Amino acid sequence: MAIGDILVDVQAVAKHYGDGETRVDALRQVDLQVRAGEVIALLGPSGSGKTTLLNIIGCILDPSSGRVMLDGEPVFDGKWLRSDLRRLRLDKIGFIFQAHNLLPFLTAAENVSLVLDLAGWPADKGKERARELLDYLEVGHRAGVKPALLSGGEAQRVAIARALANRPRIILADEPTAALDSKRAQLVMDLLRKLATEQEASILTVTHDEKIFDRFDRLIHLRDGRLVDE
Amino acid sequence: MNLALKDIRHGLFRFVLTCFGLGLLMTVVLAMIGIYNGLVADALAVVKAPAADVWVVEAGTKGPFAEASSIPVDTRDTVARMPGVAEAGAINYQTVEASFQDRTLRLYVIGYEPGRPGGPQTIAEGRGIGTSHFELVADRKTGLVPGDTIRLGRHRFTVAGLVDGAMNSGGDPAVYMTLADAMALQIELAPADQRVQVARGAGAVKSASVAAVIVRVMPGADVDLLTATLRQWKHLAALSQAEQENILLASVVDRARRQIGLFLGILLTVSAVVIALIIYTMTMEKLKQIATLKLIGAPDRSVVGLIVQQALILGASGWGIGLVLILLVKDVFPRRVVLEPFNVAVLAGIIFVVCIAASGLGVRAAMKVDPATALGG
Repeated sequence: MAIGDILVDVQAVAKHYGDGETRVDALRQVDLQVRAGEVIALLGPSGSGKTTLLNIIGCILDPSSGRVMLDGEPVFDGKWLRSDLRRLRLDKIGFIFQAHNLLPFLTAAENVSLVLDLAGWPADKGKERARELLDYLEVGHRAGVKPALLSGGEAQRVAIARALANRPRIILADEPTAALDSKRAQLVMDLLRKLATEQEASILTVTHDEKIFDRFDRLIHLRDGRLVDE
Repeated sequence: MNLALKDIRHGLFRFVLTCFGLGLLMTVVLAMIGIYNGLVADALAVVKAPAADVWVVEAGTKGPFAEASSIPVDTRDTVARMPGVAEAGAINYQTVEASFQDRTLRLYVIGYEPGRPGGPQTIAEGRGIGTSHFELVADRKTGLVPGDTIRLGRHRFTVAGLVDGAMNSGGDPAVYMTLADAMALQIELAPADQRVQVARGAGAVKSASVAAVIVRVMPGADVDLLTATLRQWKHLAALSQAEQENILLASVVDRARRQIGLFLGILLTVSAVVIALIIYTMTMEKLKQIATLKLIGAPDRSVVGLIVQQALILGASGWGIGLVLILLVKDVFPRRVVLEPFNVAVLAGIIFVVCIAASGLGVRAAMKVDPATALGG
């Protein structure tokens, strides 16, 4: 895979809850392709289906119909094609949360190396990789600190380091800058853009933050479960 | 990376406090087991002490512990001549209260014939009774020491030695004295009472009797045959050692034993519920973190390991703390607390099973957690 190759290919994906009069269509026949190196924003009002789409791409929500390919591998075609979706997430997808969701009982470095530990990396290599990432994200000096003692910006950078640790090709971010001031939000987006280029990764971000719109390659609008504008 | 230990270290104070609380609960459980065992051991101590094979008692009674028994003292000579009898000794039991150094002692007086069965088996300190009168051997729990003197009835007795673990089923510590002294203690009236009896024209003393004659049989002798033969005598009854022990457990201490046993059962149930609740609550508090772990790709075994390991560490710590505490305080209890390694091991097994079962509830909840709950703050 190289820059420009399609990493996320969503074809006619729909998701509905309930049936009959109680049926709610969260997504309706959505098609989306994201290429390696692209940084994309998913926009739309509350209830438009942004998080639903993100969860489907992240393999944590079953689509009602459609087809999903990740990094060239078909993963959903009417049903999940792999039984080990957690392993798939571990190997191919990195998550960045609005509230960073670092494990409070681990240090910054341990939060990062945990992913590598789960992926089967040797402990020393995992620690080395975690340290490299934290240094790269300029929080290496806080490696031994628990999340409760990190500032919002530091915690978010540690969360980004965790998302990138196992070199995933797809990074899904849900409001990654919501807890940051505008200067730090710009810095985080610059960082994600840089990583997308360097690691040939696709980054899909759900955001409402207009101040960072100019940092995206594409802005994709959803309304009532449909892609309405790009 | 061991997530369970990392999480424990993170909230160490709280975890230690929880373990300590559980440890206190385990202390109560172990104390109750010990009290139960102690009650049984105390009840049997006085029966086992003479190492008898057969007890000869008053006809129609189950004496001398379950019922009063009174037989003539010369019964011993008659029994001693029976075929198969190696030795026989008359024995007497009574409970007295005496003052010693401004405190009241409740004593279980055992009168025996020195040189015959019925006396203390092992002297822990000092020596056995060496004179015909006015010496005694006391259980250490009386608080008496060799050389002390104590007034019992109309005479002052000198403590010659000490024994351990000699008491009646009520927990009163025992003192051994010669049968002659014990009978005198039983029948001698206070001087004023004696004068009144003489004035009334009654005898000066009550008639003397003993509670039982204990028999040790010759090697190879048939205890059942001897017991059956003795029972044929209309004025006596005979009980084997096993029958005597069964009578004590089935009648004398039965209600107390069942009471404590029932309370122990309730206590174990409460402990199991408390342990389950603690473990379940610990898991519920971590559901968001478990969702994050599942989202970033942690396999089920990592999540299960986190819950089960913490549950087992909690249970093991509580058990350990409980064991240490009860070993430290067991001698402070007014009655004996007897803990056998088997009891402690069984409790460990019960805690292990409860921890695993409680973890099962937590694991079930954790497995149901949707990783998507980690998203969206």
